[in-house]
Amino acid sequence: MEEPMIEISDLSFQYPQQESEALSHLNLAVAAGEWLAVIGHNGSGKSTLAKLIDGLLIPKTGTIKIAGVQLTSSTLWNIRKNIGMVFQNPDNQFVGANVEEDVAFGLENQGVPRETMIKRVEAALTDVGMWDFAQHEPARLSGGQKQRVALAGVIALQPKIIIMDEATSMLDPEGRKEIIQLIQNLNKKNGFTVISITHDIEEASLAQRVVVIDDGLLVQDDKPAKVFQRGAALIESGLDIPFSEKLKNEIRNQGIDVPQEYLTEKGMVDWLCQFISKK
Amino acid sequence: MNKVILGRYIPGESLVHHLDPRSKLILSFYFIIIIFLANNWQSYALLLVLTLGGVFLSGVSFGFFLKGVRPLIWLILFTVLLQIFFSRGGTVYWQFGPLALTSFGVINGSYVFCRFVLIIFMSTLLTLTTAPLEIADALESLMEPLKKFKVPVYEISLMLSIALRFVPTLMDETEKIMNAQRSRGVNFGEGSIMKQIKAVVPLLIPLFVSSFNRAEDLATAMEARGYRGGEGRTKYRIHFWKRNDTLACIVFGLATLVLLYLRNW
Repeated sequence: MEEPMIEISDLSFQYPQQESEALSHLNLAVAAGEWLAVIGHNGSGKSTLAKLIDGLLIPKTGTIKIAGVQLTSSTLWNIRKNIGMVFQNPDNQFVGANVEEDVAFGLENQGVPRETMIKRVEAALTDVGMWDFAQHEPARLSGGQKQRVALAGVIALQPKIIIMDEATSMLDPEGRKEIIQLIQNLNKKNGFTVISITHDIEEASLAQRVVVIDDGLLVQDDKPAKVFQRGAALIESGLDIPFSEKLKNEIRNQGIDVPQEYLTEKGMVDWLCQFISKK
Repeated sequence: MNKVILGRYIPGESLVHHLDPRSKLILSFYFIIIIFLANNWQSYALLLVLTLGGVFLSGVSFGFFLKGVRPLIWLILFTVLLQIFFSRGGTVYWQFGPLALTSFGVINGSYVFCRFVLIIFMSTLLTLTTAPLEIADALESLMEPLKKFKVPVYEISLMLSIALRFVPTLMDETEKIMNAQRSRGVNFGEGSIMKQIKAVVPLLIPLFVSSFNRAEDLATAMEARGYRGGEGRTKYRIHFWKRNDTLACIVFGLATLVLLYLRNW
């Protein structure tokens, strides 16, 4: 088997002045090119996990290996080059005075020569459809546009891994859809490994694998279909279920027999059509 | 808050807009210094021609410059009147106790008026035709020699550019908090001074707290994007000293020579 892109073993972390561990004894491996969604209720330790992977926090126990290299204070900066992070608040992560400068910020940090920088900034902004806005200031952009710029900043760095720390949570449905589609393309076309930390269950249902974290413990690690099958248990641990699953529950409450396994929206439509034509 | 002319930038494609921000900054400071060399009408006329030339070349409408003068008009009038009534010498037109209207006083007063207006015009010209960030760049590049004295030039300029970038964001936030507090019954700008000061507290504290949170988020985001300080960074934004910049400097140099000549006319 191929070496995993991210390998986490026995990871624990505790914030100072806090009684319990934010994460305890977590084991997780992510393959290259995989799209992993991490879900969990508020304060379950999802964001902590993201920050630990990027070396922004130092774990209490356990090791993290990125592309075979263990994360230590000496390898930190090299590893960080492989990881691009998009955070929650589009306003607070905008460093540059205008769009193109913000995209260039990460490249400047790595000491990329200016000629290369100009090319990569343009390519990244074209990728996210923001090249026409290159000269705009952040105050003149919408939240979704700012988040696209943040994504362009990550793309320009050409990382292997993209971590989205609730990157779509402050956007309207339209902006959310656009960002997710962009990520989907990047994941397929460029083979980026994507870790998406999210509350948005529809976003999680698009992932190849879902990890459920509850109070710092890894509760489940499976395909979305399997995870969402546990409908009631998910709701109990403070999460939601996808729309198709909700619809299924409603139909079941009407006394109609619906299949046990998870159905996507399309699957649900197909099943409904079959069900009606059988009658 | 829209009255603030400082830092208001009007985008344009004029000759002045395209000058290197460094040359604009240097020349504006230089202009303020040479203004004090002028001591007679001929020299002031020369400086006026120079300023109006710049204003004309910038293509910015004259109204903006008058707006720049407006907030300072009381200060200017106060100073001018002081000069007029308290200067002695020359023909005395009118006298009453310590106050006197003399020919010297009138001339001094008008000189002071000219100085004020010219300085304001020139600095308005700088801010109207130069984006705030370009000014920050110019300052960084001009402070470069200070690196020898261990001044953290890069850090200062980063702080300056982040501060400038967050001005509109924080303005928006202030507005939001103000409205939120108003909707909960806080009256801003009403009542006695004590009351007005007290009303500012529910605005200031949330603003401070949110700035701390912003700073924390921004620092995390910067670190995640590989920021480790000024060392080993390259620059995306670069300014080039062009022929026009040299030309502008020559024009100012010649103007100084003529000025020195006119001074002793």
